[in-house]
Amino acid sequence: MKRYSAFAVAREALRYHTGWERAWRNPAPKRQYDVIIVGAGGHGLATAYYLGKNFGITNVAVLEKGWLGGGNTGRNTTIIRSNYLQDPSAAIYEKARSLYEDMSQDLNYNVMFSPRGVIMLAQTEHEVRGYKRTAHANALQGVSTEWIEPARVKELVPIINLAGPRYPVLGGLWQERGGTARHDAVAWGYARACSAMGMDIIQQCEVTGVRSEGGRVIGVDTTKGAIDCDKLGMVVAGNCSHLSQMAGFRLPVESVALQALVSEPIKPCMDVVVMANTVHGYMSQSDKGEMVIGGGTDGFNNYTQRGSFHHIEETVRALIETFPMVSRLKMLRQWGGIVDVTGDRSPIISKTPVQNCFVNAGWGTGGFKAIPGSGWAMAELMATGHSPLAEEFSMMRFKEGKFIDESVAAGVAH
Amino acid sequence: MSTRLATQGRLIDRSKPIEFTFNGTRMTGYAGDTLASALLANDQLLVGRSFKYHRPRGLVASGAEEPNALVGLGTGDRFEPNQRATTTELFSGLSAQSQNHWPSLEFDVGVVNNKLARFLPAGFYYKMFIHPKPFWKHVYEPIIRKSAGLGQAPDRELKDADTYEHFYYFCDVLVIGGGVAGLQAALVAAKSGAKVLVLEQNAHWGGRAPVDGGTIDGDYPEAWVEQTLAELSAMENVTLRNRCMGAGVYDHGYALGYERLTDHAPGQGGPRHRMWRIRAKQIVTATGAIERPLSFAGNDVPGVMLAAAMRDYVVNWGATPGKRVLVATNNDDAYRTALTLHAAGIEVVRVLDTRETGGGALMEEVRALGIRVECGRGIAKVKDGKCVTRVAICAQNGQGGAQEEVEADAVAMSGGWSPVVHLWSHCGGKLTWDDAQAHFRPDPARPPLGADGAGFVVAAGSANGPLGLGAVLSDAAEAGAKAAAAAGFKAEAKPAAGVAQDEAPMQPVWLMPARAEIDLRMKAWLDFQNDVKVSDVQLAAREGFESVEHTKRYTTLGMATDQGKLSNINGLAVLADSLGSEIPQVGTTTFRPPYHPISMGAIGGEARGEIFQPLRKTPMHDWHDANGADWEPVGHWRRPYAFVRAGESVKEAVSREILNTRQNVGLLDASTLGKLIVKGPDAGRFLDMMYTNMMSTLKVGKCRYGLMCSENGFLSDDGVVARIDEETWLCHTTTGGADRIHAHMEEWLQTEWWDWKVYVANVTEQLAQVAVVGPKARMLLEKLNAEAGGGMDVSKEALPFMEWKDGEIGGFKCRAYRISFSGELSYEIAVPASQGQAFWDALMAAGAEFGVMPYGTECLHVMRAEKGFIMIGDETDGTVIPQDLGLNWAISKKKEDFIGKRAQQRSHMVDPDRWQLVGLETLDGAVLPDGAYAVGSGVNANGQKNTIGRVTSTYHSPTLGKGIAMGLVKHGPKRMGEVIEFPGTDGTVYKAKIVDPVFYDKEGEKQNV
Repeated sequence: MKRYSAFAVAREALRYHTGWERAWRNPAPKRQYDVIIVGAGGHGLATAYYLGKNFGITNVAVLEKGWLGGGNTGRNTTIIRSNYLQDPSAAIYEKARSLYEDMSQDLNYNVMFSPRGVIMLAQTEHEVRGYKRTAHANALQGVSTEWIEPARVKELVPIINLAGPRYPVLGGLWQERGGTARHDAVAWGYARACSAMGMDIIQQCEVTGVRSEGGRVIGVDTTKGAIDCDKLGMVVAGNCSHLSQMAGFRLPVESVALQALVSEPIKPCMDVVVMANTVHGYMSQSDKGEMVIGGGTDGFNNYTQRGSFHHIEETVRALIETFPMVSRLKMLRQWGGIVDVTGDRSPIISKTPVQNCFVNAGWGTGGFKAIPGSGWAMAELMATGHSPLAEEFSMMRFKEGKFIDESVAAGVAH
Repeated sequence: MSTRLATQGRLIDRSKPIEFTFNGTRMTGYAGDTLASALLANDQLLVGRSFKYHRPRGLVASGAEEPNALVGLGTGDRFEPNQRATTTELFSGLSAQSQNHWPSLEFDVGVVNNKLARFLPAGFYYKMFIHPKPFWKHVYEPIIRKSAGLGQAPDRELKDADTYEHFYYFCDVLVIGGGVAGLQAALVAAKSGAKVLVLEQNAHWGGRAPVDGGTIDGDYPEAWVEQTLAELSAMENVTLRNRCMGAGVYDHGYALGYERLTDHAPGQGGPRHRMWRIRAKQIVTATGAIERPLSFAGNDVPGVMLAAAMRDYVVNWGATPGKRVLVATNNDDAYRTALTLHAAGIEVVRVLDTRETGGGALMEEVRALGIRVECGRGIAKVKDGKCVTRVAICAQNGQGGAQEEVEADAVAMSGGWSPVVHLWSHCGGKLTWDDAQAHFRPDPARPPLGADGAGFVVAAGSANGPLGLGAVLSDAAEAGAKAAAAAGFKAEAKPAAGVAQDEAPMQPVWLMPARAEIDLRMKAWLDFQNDVKVSDVQLAAREGFESVEHTKRYTTLGMATDQGKLSNINGLAVLADSLGSEIPQVGTTTFRPPYHPISMGAIGGEARGEIFQPLRKTPMHDWHDANGADWEPVGHWRRPYAFVRAGESVKEAVSREILNTRQNVGLLDASTLGKLIVKGPDAGRFLDMMYTNMMSTLKVGKCRYGLMCSENGFLSDDGVVARIDEETWLCHTTTGGADRIHAHMEEWLQTEWWDWKVYVANVTEQLAQVAVVGPKARMLLEKLNAEAGGGMDVSKEALPFMEWKDGEIGGFKCRAYRISFSGELSYEIAVPASQGQAFWDALMAAGAEFGVMPYGTECLHVMRAEKGFIMIGDETDGTVIPQDLGLNWAISKKKEDFIGKRAQQRSHMVDPDRWQLVGLETLDGAVLPDGAYAVGSGVNANGQKNTIGRVTSTYHSPTLGKGIAMGLVKHGPKRMGEVIEFPGTDGTVYKAKIVDPVFYDKEGEKQNV
């Protein structure tokens, strides 16, 4: 792999950039691999990468039915934070956040991790108490967060309207080391690094069946033929129910469309990421200048990767209320992605009823921020059979009732 | 130089000059001008700077597809960035500023990027700025952010001065596009009797046809347009809207219209934009086609324009980008531009036709005028600069060796036409590649499908592929008939007869010249706004970004504010060529709504400020507002947090309210509490499933505190249930829970127990409910009764604790419940909502002598915590089961089942290590911090400190004069008297003793009197 650097760009410029090699190879599948990962999104590629980097397992294929990074990795609003309430969540998201910090150097690919800071606004007394609780929890979890008062919110977000007539801003939970990254680059950077380790990333290769013998996985059938493997990792957000069905078990997962949109680009006006949960909207400004806006999930299960209008309307209203200037911007594009949601809205990183078959799914609306941590834990689980980061996320928790529920704000006041 | 012509300009009114400013310079246009045509007429060819290299940019197009001419419009609270000059109608006083340059449009230091362009190819930023690590955040990124972006952000402190509205519409056939195809389709559909809505994004009807010429039914196209419009206007089943763009097509015939009501006439009053939310049985997309640029070096220099756009400017507005024009084309249509220019007195210096054999009749017509036409030729290069000066000509089939240079001040280019397939594609319509026209057009066999599995979109006219006038009209007539038939009407596809010059076949040209050298490809633009060149797409392909989506994302091709309307097809043709693949195999990127950017203001509509969300008001809302209410939002309600008196802080008000209620009597507006009537022969059985308690055995006249759990066993709501009669119960829910619990009940009734005879009605807003609380509550009610003469006996004997009674108090018909959430003697009295304020007034008046005061939610919270009552949302958070809260007494052991029962038997739910409810008291009387955790020893497997409990509610109790708290603690109830530590976020460690959660009146003597 040729290393990327300003020097390399300058050198290649002299020959009109004709000397660049492929970022990743485009191989035909081999007959057999030690490990097959299904799904070349961020989580799948990260799993492969850490299998190689941390455990020296490089006879790995990553199968992708479409183009790599084309699912939720390429559709999300790129927010990275780890200010979660429950211990298992805080642990894996903080691991992910810390890996993001060094990802560009680690992968030799600029993923533009930008620790610009994330504020979660509190707009009801109930939210104030919830975030103060989170701040206490984070302090014990080693996650650096801070409760901030409205004046500080205004300093950080000059375009905010603190005194909205309906839901005045009462403060916020501030994570200075949270931020954003360039989502496509995360997938591309991992893919390039995996390919350089000798792993095969096989695009346009859909898995059509999972083969097992005596309760143990032995391979998969694909549109490019049968491929054998010792271990199988299913990392296919939006389609994990289909794949688990092929393997012969069910997942407690529902799939719904999540909406997002961007405005036309404008000059920098908001440096931090702001999430306003009471009014349901979140927004950041990309390096291109677009305001990147997250909306809600559809109220029904579906697989269309399309946006619908009614959610956009609610989201935009919330943002105009919070940032009045948004009213005079324009929506450039809206889209949808399919998110897998579990019973407690926390992910599954788990062994399955089929031996040597592992699943990583159910990241719901928050998967992008977890990519490196998720890959790290999944790789550890697949390589060694045990990962402290993944332990609480076993699918068995639904049987035990040991939920990891982050929806504290779902409570109500008398 | 660009200028206004002495003649031409069918849309402008030269008798009505209009003054406007551009970058502060005063200019004059005419009524009917767009900002773009007016700028052109004022010799303002340079209109902006590109995104990445800050290259000078001029007008390329004449409509919504324009990528370059973006300006900031208006000032102050009406400023808006990134407005397209081509779709902005000129009005008096218009003030426009160009964008993305510093210090000025003419001299932009950002152009240094242009000098470095060779070092800044597609995706350069993924390969650079990696080291040293802190530089990305502190140095590189801030520079990139500043140089990117386009227009200025609107003023952060100003609120949008305009208003917006939403409009709902239902029709049989929605026709999007008011060109000749749209009008023809609408006419056919309308004649069938179908209800038809026609949307046209521009101010003028007829689309391109009046500019392009030919005849319809033997007359000028313009005459046919006028006549057809008149015919449609006269039909009652037809609605016509101009300045209204079809913005998006969604599932099941849902479509968005974006009407710009006052953009062309600000200050005329009324909403600025109107969002049409349309439900149509069938949608006809008659959205026309867009001309493609040609990819040659210097095709981005101001003065290089689409051939048809140049024709538009001359015919519609009498404006031209130059006086010596060179035309380059691969098809016959551009000859129309040559003819138009010639007729307007503009010199056509050369027509370069890439086809070795040239064109058909139109070419002969041009030649006959003495214009030099060269076949098999193309442009090698347009000399770089702020305007066109010289053009180098070469063989199309070569590498770009210039054979000749000619002087010209403008270039008209035409690379063929692509149908506007966006709206067809939004909801899943598929495309097919048309080899002859070299474009993607809708595949009629794979339309977007509706709920019934049948297609609900029909493409019409050039949006469907046909380009000739005759073919367009007959295709449109068929589309109109097809849509009407699918909507259930009998229609006849009778097209008007369109006649235009026959055209010779076009020749696909994706690069000019075909084998251009790298230095030319690095100057051949695909995406003018985002600065993506042919060489960038080739680089992406070389590096393995082979999927069209990868190429788009890697190069940013088609991601600018025009969303690739001009660049996409050219870009993917270059990609296909680089991959040695065919264009249809490469495919297109996904078309996303909206077709053209729409204002956020319009998306939000009327709902902003006070009415941003529905505001629910209790009958006493206004009284609260007038009497010092410090509001707290609770769901869509607002509730008084406290009633603050002059000179008092909120905290002082809360204390006063608590002490007064404990000593005298207080009034709480409890109207927001959910009130659900559950009625029917199976209601008791149903409630036994909904609640953990037994409700079917509750006696008529009695009340019972009930708990509701989710399927997963977690406590989700609580409240007092009263049995009204044999078949009727009234269930109180929390304020926030009312709608949620109502929906929860309905979900179970409709999906699981659909055969049970139960009806649920939410009567929350039908009743005003007042809690009369405190030791003097009964005296107050008795006085009211005495004043009115008679009324309900509210004595302990007649209305004991946990019972209810209907009757009259103070002359008000009411239902009184003896229930208490404060531990005091308490009556919750419901009266019809219409009587709420009068009843409240009567209570306040009669209570004066007892010291009555209203109290708010915080007083309520503190009093319930003093009594150790749990609060949903404080003691519960979706992870807590009733057993954690010492509420086993409220869980029926007799019932076979209730929602959550099975879940509560799972291993983790019966774990003896679950945290349980206790009271907490600091050793020094201080208040514990909200949400603090108690730490145990050591750390867990992930290095996090182990915790053994947490604070769930914490207050200063004025009654007891100290801090009190409730919390969940591991083995808590067994550890009474133990002291545990709660670290605060500020480093302070709070020590608290585990105590009984009931701090006040442990025996309950005060409420049961």
